[in-house]
Amino acid sequence: MLGRLTIDALPFYSAIAAGGAAVTVLGALSVVGLITYFRAWRIVLFDWVSSLDHKKIGIMYVMLALVMLMRGFIDAAMMRSQQAIAFRSDGYLPAEHFDQIFSSHGTIMIFFMAMPFLSGLINHIMPQQIGARDVAFPFMNAVSLWLTAAGAGLVLISLVIGKFSTAGWTGYPPYSGIEYNPGVGVDYWLWAVLIAGVGSTMSGINFLVTILKCRAPGMHLFRMPLFSWTVLVTSVLMIFAFPALTVACGLLAVDRIFGTHFFTNAMGGNMMHYINLFWLWGHPEVYILILPAFGVFSEVVATFSQKRLFGYTSLVLATMAIGLLSFTVWLHHFFTMGPSADVNSFFGIMTTIIAVPTGVKVFDWLLTMYRGRIIFKPPMLFTIGFLVTFVIGGLSGVLLALPPVDYAMHNTTFLVAHFHNTIIPGVLFGYLAGYMFWFPKAFGFKLNETWGARSFWCWIIGFYLAFMPLYVLGLMGMPRRMEHYDIAAWQPHLIVAAVGAFIIFLGIVCLAIQLVVSIRDRANARDLTGDPWNGRTLEWATSSPPALYNFAILPNVQSVDAFWDMKHRGVAYQRPERYVDIALPKNTFIPATVGGAAFVFGFAVVWYIWWLAAVAFAVILVAIIIRSSDDETEVILPAIEVKAIEEARFREMEAASKNEMASDPGFAGESVLEATS
Amino acid sequence: MTADTLGTVEMAALPTSDTQKYEDRAFGFWIYLMSDAIIFALLFATYLVMLGNTARGPTGQQLFSLEHAAAETAVLLLSSATFGFASVAFAQASRPGVIQWLSVTAVLGLGFLLLEYQEFSGMIAKGAGPDRSGFLSAFFALVGTHGLHVSAGIIWILVMIGQVLTKGLTRPVASRVMRLGLFWHFLDIIWIGIFSVVYLPGLV
Repeated sequence: MLGRLTIDALPFYSAIAAGGAAVTVLGALSVVGLITYFRAWRIVLFDWVSSLDHKKIGIMYVMLALVMLMRGFIDAAMMRSQQAIAFRSDGYLPAEHFDQIFSSHGTIMIFFMAMPFLSGLINHIMPQQIGARDVAFPFMNAVSLWLTAAGAGLVLISLVIGKFSTAGWTGYPPYSGIEYNPGVGVDYWLWAVLIAGVGSTMSGINFLVTILKCRAPGMHLFRMPLFSWTVLVTSVLMIFAFPALTVACGLLAVDRIFGTHFFTNAMGGNMMHYINLFWLWGHPEVYILILPAFGVFSEVVATFSQKRLFGYTSLVLATMAIGLLSFTVWLHHFFTMGPSADVNSFFGIMTTIIAVPTGVKVFDWLLTMYRGRIIFKPPMLFTIGFLVTFVIGGLSGVLLALPPVDYAMHNTTFLVAHFHNTIIPGVLFGYLAGYMFWFPKAFGFKLNETWGARSFWCWIIGFYLAFMPLYVLGLMGMPRRMEHYDIAAWQPHLIVAAVGAFIIFLGIVCLAIQLVVSIRDRANARDLTGDPWNGRTLEWATSSPPALYNFAILPNVQSVDAFWDMKHRGVAYQRPERYVDIALPKNTFIPATVGGAAFVFGFAVVWYIWWLAAVAFAVILVAIIIRSSDDETEVILPAIEVKAIEEARFREMEAASKNEMASDPGFAGESVLEATS
Repeated sequence: MTADTLGTVEMAALPTSDTQKYEDRAFGFWIYLMSDAIIFALLFATYLVMLGNTARGPTGQQLFSLEHAAAETAVLLLSSATFGFASVAFAQASRPGVIQWLSVTAVLGLGFLLLEYQEFSGMIAKGAGPDRSGFLSAFFALVGTHGLHVSAGIIWILVMIGQVLTKGLTRPVASRVMRLGLFWHFLDIIWIGIFSVVYLPGLV
């Protein structure tokens, strides 16, 4: 009846496991409690959970990402503290527990922090940037969100019921096969990743069609803001790379459930095939993560240098080149696992080549700042921190791209330092910059800049302290993922790294304080114009927060930096002669139902509760059939209501000061465009 | 779409015209098919990688029957033709024609699945199931995934027959039947790949 689920699955075998479970359960209960306390169930369910509005879906994605960032960071802090004390001692984490922690840290940070953060920013901003009213497929968009949430839910519940994988975030067989890993850990990992992966593939399709089909009149591809360009390339990568993850994990799951021999030791299995498939997804994935962050940096650097972006075309071409080359480097993840010298040379060369377009971008951003009037708002701080730090990470990557060097360094903490040195400044700083840059657009008030700056300084100082020692340790020969060690020379570096992790923790605390303080003081930080940063691109033409339909009338785009151009020509805030009816997607609970059923399905398969899996699958099927038979999926917002909303906005804008940046030191006025173009 | 121009501001008379909506859906579906094609490409690659990994078990030459594969091919290709007749009937606004030909297509699809079931169960009975060797795992994964797609297609055909019966030949139904057609013909193309990569070389 309950498959292999018994009472032993509860974490009462260890105090630390029980503590983790307690925190998870209390977290869930406190969310439920808070919603009840504020009597907000109606709002949560009918305004958010059932919403198909791309802006609300974007906000929910980012909320999920921030929660998972906390969880992933707790894992990191446990690893750092364990390694700091585990010299000739067992520390406080048993080996098996430590293995679960590094596995869940990687899985969470990539799949359930970075991916939702990226989907959230894209969802909220990209349609506004290209002058669209929503994504192409609002319903599918919501399904993607709830599938991602279902995957995250499986990772979270593994802390309470059963255990998580000990096979690392890459789950290499044969160790992750049923023979060596008969428990539920790897299954939790597999089904979380598979379910979220389906969501990501659908997101990719959705974003691509939105960009190719839903742009405003005059918004030619080569007039699109850089962020939208990076989204276009990232979507293509998602569509073509995620199937490889689906196949790799799907076949591993079949191996585990049905005893097939894709990746087993004996009976004709080929475990290298898994590793090829996994990295065929895995390497494009890092560019899926980082390209939109590059897009954010491009928007931020132009806005706060108060200059047109330097080398727009070269940035677009570099983005395309990175997208293409990202499929030609996957083998550098396993130089040491048997390919011939010729094969290694090819992939080593391709890997160094991919650094070239990235270098082009770095110079473009630097030259945008050159002779700009830079205003040091927090998003700009993150951007400058990124430029300096990311170059170091990129250079250590070029080192690792050389197969002979990789033979010496692979599987050491040098590698750990390298990829954190690209992903934290490159991806996370980008997303945090985007979060602070676009927060006023999403909520109508600005985030506190003092706490934003404090958070930045904690993040960057903490980052250097936490990861530079790992480069040194790697050169000293310390393997990654060590639970304890007996080499005295390692410990001082590991203590410094733990201090760094603590300072990063302070950075996260500052983020939380920033949010609380900003909400408290929101009356003084209202963004009434919808254009708090003297922006250049179309998302700043809408009100903050934007009306349901974003644009009452579709803008007519005539140049790159469309909104800047409209402000220039004095047509940015024109009152239209008349308004029109606007069709909006109706709210529906079907996407959340599909996500909930997918969660139950994953849980049931993990525990071999086959009847429940069948029921959950049937629920998904029926839900989709019901939706596909529904021809009344839109409501019409009458022109008269559009007019009322827009008139209220015009009144609000008249009361607001013309430019909210005007009081900032270094403000260059609105005529810099001509001076530099 | 008519447009009034006021200064430089253009106004769209309809927010999103219906035609645009259905075109977007068709385009999105094409993109999905490309993504699905990658899944099959990787399963083909898996099959080719695993081809020699028979673990001293039976090989394709011992297991495959060209007559059986030919019968499967004939049934599936015929179902593609009958789907084409359904599309023609749709274009001629013949509701009974659409229902008739969609039903024939579903029956042929079921026939294909029956043949595949016979083949699979026969192999398993001979001790050549997917757990026998890496080669057989890859074979069952590739051909089985195609079979699962056909099953999904049949469910979709039944749903569309239901929609034609209850809603008639409306614009949204037409759009769905068109996409179902893309899906069904796509599965044919995949099958031709399977026939050429799995069965023909397996028997030579």
